[in-house]
Amino acid sequence: MNVQAPALQDPRLNRPEPFTPRDGGFFQRDHSIHPPAHAPGYKSSVLRSPRQPLLSIENSVSEITGPVFGHNDLGPLDNDLIRNYAKDGDPVGERIIVHGRVLDETGRGVPNTLVEFWQANAGGRYRHKKDTYLAPIDPNFGGCGRALSDDTGYYYFRTVKPGPYPWRNFVNSWRPAHIHFSVFGSGFAQRLITQMYFEGDPLIPVCPILTTIPDKDALDRLVAPLDLNASTPFDSLAYRFDIVLRGQRSTYFENRTAGN
Amino acid sequence: MPQPLDYLKETASQTAGPYVHIGLIPAMAGFDIFEKNFSNVLVTPNTPGERITLEGKVFDGSGTPLRDVLLEIWQANATGRYNHPADRPAGAVDEEFRGWGRAGSDFESGLVTFETIKPGAIIDKAGRKCAPHVNIWIVARGINIGLSTRLYFSDEEAANAADPVLNLVEPPVRRATLIATRGERAGKVVYSFTINLQGAEETVFFDV
Repeated sequence: MNVQAPALQDPRLNRPEPFTPRDGGFFQRDHSIHPPAHAPGYKSSVLRSPRQPLLSIENSVSEITGPVFGHNDLGPLDNDLIRNYAKDGDPVGERIIVHGRVLDETGRGVPNTLVEFWQANAGGRYRHKKDTYLAPIDPNFGGCGRALSDDTGYYYFRTVKPGPYPWRNFVNSWRPAHIHFSVFGSGFAQRLITQMYFEGDPLIPVCPILTTIPDKDALDRLVAPLDLNASTPFDSLAYRFDIVLRGQRSTYFENRTAGN
Repeated sequence: MPQPLDYLKETASQTAGPYVHIGLIPAMAGFDIFEKNFSNVLVTPNTPGERITLEGKVFDGSGTPLRDVLLEIWQANATGRYNHPADRPAGAVDEEFRGWGRAGSDFESGLVTFETIKPGAIIDKAGRKCAPHVNIWIVARGINIGLSTRLYFSDEEAANAADPVLNLVEPPVRRATLIATRGERAGKVVYSFTINLQGAEETVFFDV
Protein backbone atom coordinates (compact mmCIF):
# COMPACT_ATOMS: atom_id res chain seq x y z
CA MET A 1 0.00 0.00 0.00
CA ASN A 2 1.30 3.40 -0.91
CA VAL A 3 1.03 6.62 1.02
CA GLN A 4 -1.50 9.09 -0.31
CA ALA A 5 0.08 12.38 -1.29
CA PRO A 6 -0.93 15.22 1.02
CA ALA A 7 -2.73 18.03 -0.82
CA LEU A 8 -0.39 20.41 -2.59
CA GLN A 9 -0.50 24.14 -1.99
CA ASP A 10 -2.45 26.38 -4.31
CA PRO A 11 -1.00 25.38 -7.70
CA ARG A 12 -0.87 29.02 -8.80
CA LEU A 13 1.83 29.55 -6.19
CA ASN A 14 3.57 26.39 -7.16
CA ARG A 15 3.57 26.55 -10.91
CA PRO A 16 6.22 24.21 -12.27
CA GLU A 17 8.59 25.55 -14.87
CA PRO A 18 9.67 23.22 -17.61
CA PHE A 19 12.97 21.98 -16.26
CA THR A 20 16.09 21.62 -18.28
CA PRO A 21 19.41 21.32 -16.55
CA ARG A 22 21.31 24.54 -16.99
CA ASP A 23 24.87 24.24 -18.10
CA GLY A 24 26.42 27.23 -16.41
CA GLY A 25 28.16 26.83 -13.09
CA PHE A 26 26.50 26.66 -9.71
CA PHE A 27 26.32 29.71 -7.50
CA GLN A 28 29.28 29.89 -5.20
CA ARG A 29 28.57 28.12 -1.94
CA ASP A 30 28.08 30.49 1.00
CA HIS A 31 30.19 28.77 3.65
CA SER A 32 29.03 31.16 6.36
CA ILE A 33 25.70 29.31 6.56
CA HIS A 34 27.33 25.89 6.82
CA PRO A 35 29.06 24.48 9.88
CA PRO A 36 32.84 24.92 9.80
CA ALA A 37 34.85 21.72 9.32
CA HIS A 38 36.63 22.23 12.63
CA ALA A 39 34.00 22.68 15.36
CA PRO A 40 35.51 21.56 18.70
CA GLY A 41 32.14 21.47 20.52
CA TYR A 42 31.37 18.53 18.25
CA LYS A 43 34.40 16.49 19.25
CA SER A 44 34.43 14.08 16.31
CA SER A 45 35.17 16.98 13.98
CA VAL A 46 38.54 17.73 15.59
CA LEU A 47 40.53 14.91 13.95
CA ARG A 48 38.35 14.75 10.85
CA SER A 49 38.49 18.34 9.60
CA PRO A 50 40.86 19.51 6.88
CA ARG A 51 43.11 22.33 8.07
CA GLN A 52 44.29 23.57 4.68
CA PRO A 53 42.00 25.97 2.83
CA LEU A 54 39.80 24.34 0.20
CA LEU A 55 40.95 24.91 -3.37
CA SER A 56 38.26 26.95 -5.11
CA ILE A 57 37.78 25.93 -8.70
CA GLU A 58 35.40 27.10 -11.36
CA ASN A 59 32.73 24.52 -12.16
CA SER A 60 33.51 22.26 -15.08
CA VAL A 61 31.39 19.55 -16.62
CA SER A 62 32.61 17.31 -13.77
CA GLU A 63 30.65 19.40 -11.26
CA ILE A 64 27.58 20.55 -13.21
CA THR A 65 26.67 16.98 -14.13
CA GLY A 66 25.59 14.32 -11.68
CA PRO A 67 23.93 10.93 -11.47
CA VAL A 68 20.43 10.61 -12.88
CA PHE A 69 17.88 8.45 -11.06
CA GLY A 70 14.49 7.18 -12.13
CA HIS A 71 11.50 5.29 -10.83
CA ASN A 72 13.23 2.04 -11.78
CA ASP A 73 15.65 2.65 -8.92
CA LEU A 74 12.89 2.67 -6.31
CA GLY A 75 10.47 0.09 -4.97
CA PRO A 76 6.79 0.83 -4.33
CA LEU A 77 7.15 1.00 -0.53
CA ASP A 78 10.40 2.94 -0.42
CA ASN A 79 8.70 6.14 0.80
CA ASP A 80 6.57 4.39 3.42
CA LEU A 81 8.62 3.72 6.53
CA ILE A 82 5.51 2.49 8.32
CA ARG A 83 5.20 -0.42 5.90
CA ASN A 84 8.57 -1.00 4.27
CA TYR A 85 9.94 -3.11 7.13
CA ALA A 86 6.70 -4.19 8.83
CA LYS A 87 6.85 -7.85 9.86
CA ASP A 88 3.79 -8.46 12.03
CA GLY A 89 2.26 -5.03 12.61
CA ASP A 90 2.87 -1.32 12.47
CA PRO A 91 5.90 0.29 14.08
CA VAL A 92 5.47 1.82 17.52
CA GLY A 93 5.26 5.59 17.65
CA GLU A 94 3.55 8.73 16.51
CA ARG A 95 2.62 8.42 12.83
CA ILE A 96 3.78 11.39 10.75
CA ILE A 97 3.99 12.61 7.17
CA VAL A 98 7.04 14.58 6.10
CA HIS A 99 6.69 16.54 2.89
CA GLY A 100 8.14 19.52 1.09
CA ARG A 101 9.91 20.66 -2.02
CA VAL A 102 13.45 20.42 -3.25
CA LEU A 103 14.22 23.87 -4.63
CA ASP A 104 17.30 25.63 -5.87
CA GLU A 105 18.42 29.08 -4.75
CA THR A 106 16.44 30.68 -7.58
CA GLY A 107 13.24 29.08 -6.25
CA ARG A 108 12.90 26.56 -9.07
CA GLY A 109 11.68 23.14 -8.06
CA VAL A 110 14.31 20.44 -8.68
CA PRO A 111 12.40 17.57 -10.31
CA ASN A 112 13.25 13.87 -10.48
CA THR A 113 15.91 14.10 -7.84
CA LEU A 114 16.63 11.36 -5.36
CA VAL A 115 15.89 12.15 -1.71
CA GLU A 116 17.02 9.53 0.81
CA PHE A 117 16.28 9.61 4.52
CA TRP A 118 17.10 7.61 7.64
CA GLN A 119 16.26 7.87 11.31
CA ALA A 120 16.06 6.25 14.72
CA ASN A 121 12.84 4.56 15.82
CA ALA A 122 10.34 6.09 18.26
CA GLY A 123 12.56 5.07 21.18
CA GLY A 124 15.66 6.72 19.75
CA ARG A 125 17.40 3.49 18.66
CA TYR A 126 18.90 2.90 15.22
CA ARG A 127 18.68 -0.42 13.45
CA HIS A 128 22.45 -0.61 13.09
CA LYS A 129 24.84 -3.18 14.43
CA LYS A 130 26.99 -0.40 15.84
CA ASP A 131 24.17 1.24 17.86
CA THR A 132 24.19 -0.03 21.45
CA TYR A 133 21.73 2.41 23.07
CA LEU A 134 19.51 0.56 25.55
CA ALA A 135 16.19 1.60 23.96
CA PRO A 136 14.61 -1.38 22.18
CA ILE A 137 14.83 -2.18 18.48
CA ASP A 138 11.37 -2.08 16.90
CA PRO A 139 10.86 -5.33 14.95
CA ASN A 140 8.58 -3.52 12.50
CA PHE A 141 10.73 -0.51 11.79
CA GLY A 142 13.77 -0.37 9.50
CA GLY A 143 14.29 3.38 9.61
CA CYS A 144 15.16 4.27 6.04
CA GLY A 145 13.42 5.23 2.86
CA ARG A 146 13.74 7.23 -0.32
CA ALA A 147 11.65 9.19 -2.78
CA LEU A 148 12.01 10.82 -6.15
CA SER A 149 10.81 14.43 -6.34
CA ASP A 150 8.04 15.09 -8.87
CA ASP A 151 7.95 17.65 -11.69
CA THR A 152 7.66 20.51 -9.20
CA GLY A 153 10.35 19.21 -6.85
CA TYR A 154 7.75 17.91 -4.40
CA TYR A 155 8.48 14.84 -2.27
CA TYR A 156 6.77 13.15 0.66
CA PHE A 157 7.03 10.10 2.86
CA ARG A 158 5.32 8.52 5.83
CA THR A 159 7.05 7.37 8.99
CA VAL A 160 6.94 7.49 12.79
CA LYS A 161 8.45 10.38 14.71
CA PRO A 162 11.98 9.46 15.82
CA GLY A 163 12.92 9.69 19.50
CA PRO A 164 15.81 11.70 20.96
CA TYR A 165 18.84 9.75 22.16
CA PRO A 166 22.07 10.26 24.12
CA TRP A 167 25.49 10.07 22.49
CA ARG A 168 29.09 10.21 23.55
CA ASN A 169 30.25 13.78 23.18
CA PHE A 170 29.73 15.43 26.55
CA VAL A 171 28.29 13.11 29.18
CA ASN A 172 24.89 14.74 28.82
CA SER A 173 24.83 15.23 25.06
CA TRP A 174 21.44 14.30 23.59
CA ARG A 175 20.40 14.50 19.98
CA PRO A 176 17.07 16.20 19.35
CA ALA A 177 14.61 14.11 17.35
CA HIS A 178 15.82 14.31 13.76
CA ILE A 179 15.67 12.71 10.33
CA HIS A 180 18.79 12.54 8.15
CA PHE A 181 18.36 13.65 4.54
CA SER A 182 20.58 13.01 1.54
CA VAL A 183 19.79 14.91 -1.67
CA PHE A 184 21.40 14.87 -5.11
CA GLY A 185 20.09 17.71 -7.30
CA SER A 186 21.03 17.87 -10.97
CA GLY A 187 24.79 18.28 -10.59
CA PHE A 188 27.27 16.50 -8.32
CA ALA A 189 28.33 19.84 -6.78
CA GLN A 190 24.82 20.15 -5.29
CA ARG A 191 25.25 16.95 -3.29
CA LEU A 192 24.05 17.56 0.26
CA ILE A 193 23.48 15.67 3.48
CA THR A 194 21.56 17.42 6.21
CA GLN A 195 19.19 16.75 9.11
CA MET A 196 15.61 17.82 9.70
CA TYR A 197 14.46 18.73 13.21
CA PHE A 198 10.98 19.15 14.68
CA GLU A 199 9.36 22.42 15.71
CA GLY A 200 9.30 22.94 19.46
CA ASP A 201 11.96 20.38 20.45
CA PRO A 202 13.71 21.70 23.61
CA LEU A 203 16.91 19.80 22.75
CA ILE A 204 17.54 21.86 19.61
CA PRO A 205 19.33 24.80 21.29
CA VAL A 206 21.63 22.53 23.31
CA CYS A 207 22.65 20.05 20.60
CA PRO A 208 26.44 20.16 20.00
CA ILE A 209 25.97 19.08 16.38
CA LEU A 210 23.17 21.45 15.47
CA THR A 211 24.93 24.39 17.10
CA THR A 212 27.95 23.92 14.82
CA ILE A 213 25.90 26.04 12.40
CA PRO A 214 27.02 29.62 12.99
CA ASP A 215 24.03 31.28 11.33
CA LYS A 216 20.85 31.33 13.43
CA ASP A 217 18.58 31.66 10.39
CA ALA A 218 20.30 28.74 8.66
CA LEU A 219 19.76 26.68 11.80
CA ASP A 220 16.08 27.66 11.96
CA ARG A 221 15.63 26.53 8.37
CA LEU A 222 16.45 22.97 9.46
CA VAL A 223 13.47 22.96 11.83
CA ALA A 224 10.31 21.64 10.16
CA PRO A 225 7.06 23.27 11.30
CA LEU A 226 3.96 21.30 12.13
CA ASP A 227 1.66 21.46 9.08
CA LEU A 228 -1.90 20.74 10.16
CA ASN A 229 -3.22 21.42 6.65
CA ALA A 230 -1.30 18.45 5.30
CA SER A 231 -2.09 16.19 8.25
CA THR A 232 -4.40 13.22 7.77
CA PRO A 233 -7.26 13.47 10.29
CA PHE A 234 -7.30 10.65 12.82
CA ASP A 235 -4.13 9.21 11.26
CA SER A 236 -0.98 11.30 10.96
CA LEU A 237 0.40 14.71 11.76
CA ALA A 238 2.46 16.35 9.02
CA TYR A 239 5.69 18.32 9.04
CA ARG A 240 6.84 20.47 6.16
CA PHE A 241 10.51 20.50 5.18
CA ASP A 242 11.73 22.36 2.10
CA ILE A 243 15.30 21.73 1.02
CA VAL A 244 17.27 24.32 -0.95
CA LEU A 245 20.14 23.24 -3.18
CA ARG A 246 22.60 25.49 -4.96
CA GLY A 247 21.34 27.64 -7.81
CA GLN A 248 22.74 27.38 -11.30
CA ARG A 249 23.39 29.89 -14.04
CA SER A 250 22.46 29.15 -17.60
CA THR A 251 25.06 29.60 -20.27
CA TYR A 252 24.30 32.65 -22.37
CA PHE A 253 23.87 31.76 -26.01
CA GLU A 254 23.53 34.70 -28.42
CA ASN A 255 21.22 32.65 -30.59
CA ARG A 256 19.04 31.54 -27.70
CA THR A 257 18.46 34.48 -25.45
CA ALA A 258 15.25 33.24 -23.83
CA GLY A 259 15.69 31.71 -20.43
CA ASN A 260 18.86 33.54 -19.49
CA MET B 1 16.81 50.92 -0.36
CA PRO B 2 17.38 48.86 -3.50
CA GLN B 3 15.10 45.92 -4.22
CA PRO B 4 16.00 42.72 -2.45
CA LEU B 5 17.63 39.99 -4.56
CA ASP B 6 15.31 37.34 -3.17
CA TYR B 7 17.49 34.31 -3.72
CA LEU B 8 16.77 31.46 -1.36
CA LYS B 9 19.58 30.29 0.90
CA GLU B 10 21.09 26.85 0.51
CA THR B 11 20.05 24.40 3.22
CA ALA B 12 22.85 24.03 5.77
CA SER B 13 24.82 20.79 5.72
CA GLN B 14 24.87 18.48 8.73
CA THR B 15 27.09 15.50 9.42
CA ALA B 16 25.97 12.16 8.02
CA GLY B 17 26.74 10.69 11.46
CA PRO B 18 27.97 7.18 12.23
CA TYR B 19 24.83 5.46 10.95
CA VAL B 20 24.84 6.74 7.37
CA HIS B 21 24.71 3.10 6.26
CA ILE B 22 21.14 2.75 7.49
CA GLY B 23 19.92 5.15 4.88
CA LEU B 24 22.37 4.75 2.05
CA ILE B 25 23.80 1.20 2.33
CA PRO B 26 21.32 -0.71 4.52
CA ALA B 27 23.05 -4.04 3.95
CA MET B 28 26.11 -2.71 5.78
CA ALA B 29 23.92 -1.72 8.73
CA GLY B 30 22.91 -5.35 8.89
CA PHE B 31 19.52 -5.51 7.20
CA ASP B 32 17.85 -5.79 3.83
CA ILE B 33 14.98 -3.43 3.05
CA PHE B 34 15.02 -2.09 -0.53
CA GLU B 35 14.23 -4.11 -3.62
CA LYS B 36 17.01 -2.31 -5.44
CA ASN B 37 20.24 -1.22 -3.88
CA PHE B 38 23.02 1.08 -4.99
CA SER B 39 26.54 -0.22 -4.75
CA ASN B 40 30.24 0.22 -5.32
CA VAL B 41 30.08 -1.70 -8.61
CA LEU B 42 29.58 0.75 -11.47
CA VAL B 43 30.00 -1.70 -14.32
CA THR B 44 27.86 -4.34 -15.98
CA PRO B 45 29.32 -7.08 -18.20
CA ASN B 46 28.45 -4.84 -21.17
CA THR B 47 30.13 -1.62 -20.04
CA PRO B 48 32.82 -0.56 -22.53
CA GLY B 49 36.17 0.42 -21.11
CA GLU B 50 39.13 -0.86 -19.15
CA ARG B 51 38.01 -2.57 -15.92
CA ILE B 52 39.72 -1.14 -12.86
CA THR B 53 39.43 -1.41 -9.10
CA LEU B 54 39.82 1.72 -6.99
CA GLU B 55 41.00 0.85 -3.51
CA GLY B 56 41.89 3.19 -0.71
CA LYS B 57 41.54 4.43 2.83
CA VAL B 58 40.64 7.73 4.45
CA PHE B 59 42.84 8.69 7.42
CA ASP B 60 42.08 11.08 10.26
CA GLY B 61 44.52 13.48 11.91
CA SER B 62 45.94 10.71 14.12
CA GLY B 63 46.75 8.49 11.14
CA THR B 64 43.90 6.09 11.88
CA PRO B 65 41.75 4.92 8.97
CA LEU B 66 38.10 5.95 9.19
CA ARG B 67 36.00 2.82 9.50
CA ASP B 68 32.62 4.50 9.19
CA VAL B 69 33.21 6.67 6.13
CA LEU B 70 31.06 6.75 3.00
CA LEU B 71 32.45 7.69 -0.40
CA GLU B 72 30.62 8.40 -3.63
CA ILE B 73 32.31 8.63 -7.00
CA TRP B 74 31.13 10.32 -10.19
CA GLN B 75 33.02 9.89 -13.40
CA ALA B 76 32.87 10.06 -17.18
CA ASN B 77 32.60 6.94 -19.32
CA ALA B 78 35.44 5.48 -21.35
CA THR B 79 34.98 8.10 -24.07
CA GLY B 80 34.98 11.04 -21.65
CA ARG B 81 31.23 11.67 -21.44
CA TYR B 82 29.23 12.07 -18.27
CA ASN B 83 25.87 10.31 -18.32
CA HIS B 84 23.90 13.54 -17.87
CA PRO B 85 21.94 15.83 -20.20
CA ALA B 86 24.14 18.84 -19.39
CA ASP B 87 27.06 17.08 -21.11
CA ARG B 88 25.32 17.28 -24.48
CA PRO B 89 28.24 18.17 -26.71
CA ALA B 90 30.30 15.18 -25.66
CA GLY B 91 30.13 11.68 -27.17
CA ALA B 92 27.20 9.31 -26.99
CA VAL B 93 25.73 8.37 -23.62
CA ASP B 94 26.64 4.89 -22.61
CA GLU B 95 23.46 3.24 -21.34
CA GLU B 96 25.52 0.60 -19.58
CA PHE B 97 27.33 3.13 -17.40
CA ARG B 98 25.61 5.52 -15.00
CA GLY B 99 28.99 6.76 -13.79
CA TRP B 100 28.06 6.90 -10.12
CA GLY B 101 28.58 4.59 -7.20
CA ARG B 102 28.86 4.63 -3.42
CA ALA B 103 30.83 2.55 -0.94
CA GLY B 104 31.19 2.34 2.79
CA SER B 105 34.55 1.50 4.30
CA ASP B 106 35.10 -1.91 5.83
CA PHE B 107 34.21 -1.74 9.53
CA GLU B 108 37.49 -3.44 10.50
CA SER B 109 40.14 -2.27 8.05
CA GLY B 110 38.66 0.98 6.74
CA LEU B 111 39.25 -0.17 3.16
CA VAL B 112 37.03 1.38 0.47
CA THR B 113 36.74 -0.23 -2.98
CA PHE B 114 34.98 0.51 -6.25
CA GLU B 115 34.72 -1.66 -9.34
CA THR B 116 34.57 0.64 -12.34
CA ILE B 117 36.23 1.55 -15.62
CA LYS B 118 38.95 4.02 -16.34
CA PRO B 119 37.30 7.25 -17.48
CA GLY B 120 38.25 8.99 -20.71
CA ALA B 121 39.62 12.50 -20.90
CA ILE B 122 37.10 15.33 -20.93
CA ILE B 123 37.35 18.66 -22.73
CA ASP B 124 36.74 21.79 -20.69
CA LYS B 125 34.86 24.85 -21.91
CA ALA B 126 38.09 26.50 -23.01
CA GLY B 127 38.70 23.49 -25.26
CA ARG B 128 41.52 22.16 -23.12
CA LYS B 129 41.92 18.43 -22.64
CA CYS B 130 41.61 17.45 -18.97
CA ALA B 131 43.35 14.41 -17.59
CA PRO B 132 41.09 11.43 -16.80
CA HIS B 133 39.81 11.74 -13.26
CA VAL B 134 37.21 10.47 -10.83
CA ASN B 135 35.27 12.92 -8.63
CA ILE B 136 34.95 11.85 -5.00
CA TRP B 137 32.58 13.03 -2.29
CA ILE B 138 33.24 12.03 1.33
CA VAL B 139 30.92 12.03 4.34
CA ALA B 140 31.23 10.57 7.82
CA ARG B 141 30.69 11.24 11.48
CA GLY B 142 32.70 14.36 12.32
CA ILE B 143 32.62 15.69 8.75
CA ASN B 144 30.26 18.65 8.88
CA ILE B 145 30.03 19.23 5.17
CA GLY B 146 30.82 16.65 2.48
CA LEU B 147 34.38 16.89 1.17
CA SER B 148 35.03 17.03 -2.57
CA THR B 149 38.22 15.79 -4.12
CA ARG B 150 39.45 14.06 -7.27
CA LEU B 151 41.51 11.06 -8.20
CA TYR B 152 43.91 11.17 -11.12
CA PHE B 153 45.84 8.19 -12.49
CA SER B 154 49.56 7.57 -12.02
CA ASP B 155 49.98 6.22 -15.57
CA GLU B 156 48.74 9.47 -17.14
CA GLU B 157 51.82 11.54 -16.42
CA ALA B 158 51.69 13.68 -19.55
CA ALA B 159 47.97 14.35 -19.25
CA ASN B 160 48.29 15.11 -15.54
CA ALA B 161 51.10 17.58 -16.19
CA ALA B 162 48.82 19.48 -18.57
CA ASP B 163 45.64 19.24 -16.52
CA PRO B 164 44.17 22.69 -15.85
CA VAL B 165 42.86 21.79 -12.39
CA LEU B 166 45.94 19.93 -11.13
CA ASN B 167 47.99 22.91 -12.23
CA LEU B 168 46.03 25.17 -9.88
CA VAL B 169 47.25 23.20 -6.85
CA GLU B 170 49.91 25.13 -4.94
CA PRO B 171 52.41 24.22 -3.78
CA PRO B 172 52.94 21.66 -6.57
CA VAL B 173 54.05 19.01 -4.08
CA ARG B 174 50.42 18.72 -2.94
CA ARG B 175 49.35 17.52 -6.42
CA ALA B 176 50.65 14.07 -5.49
CA THR B 177 47.83 13.73 -2.94
CA LEU B 178 45.38 13.40 -5.84
CA ILE B 179 47.18 10.63 -7.75
CA ALA B 180 46.08 7.00 -7.49
CA THR B 181 48.87 4.48 -8.05
CA ARG B 182 48.41 1.83 -10.71
CA GLY B 183 49.20 -1.74 -9.81
CA GLU B 184 48.12 -5.24 -10.73
CA ARG B 185 46.81 -8.04 -8.57
CA ALA B 186 45.68 -11.42 -9.84
CA GLY B 187 45.44 -10.04 -13.35
CA LYS B 188 43.25 -7.12 -12.29
CA VAL B 189 44.21 -3.47 -12.52
CA VAL B 190 44.05 -1.86 -9.09
CA TYR B 191 44.53 1.84 -8.45
CA SER B 192 45.40 2.56 -4.82
CA PHE B 193 44.65 5.87 -3.17
CA THR B 194 45.02 7.51 0.21
CA ILE B 195 42.96 10.39 1.50
CA ASN B 196 44.34 12.26 4.51
CA LEU B 197 41.92 14.58 6.24
CA GLN B 198 44.74 16.37 8.09
CA GLY B 199 48.50 16.43 8.48
CA ALA B 200 51.59 17.01 6.40
CA GLU B 201 50.13 14.99 3.53
CA GLU B 202 46.63 16.47 3.77
CA THR B 203 44.70 15.72 0.59
CA VAL B 204 43.66 18.65 -1.56
CA PHE B 205 39.93 19.21 -1.13
CA PHE B 206 37.97 21.44 -3.47
CA ASP B 207 35.42 24.15 -3.01
CA VAL B 208 33.64 23.29 -6.26
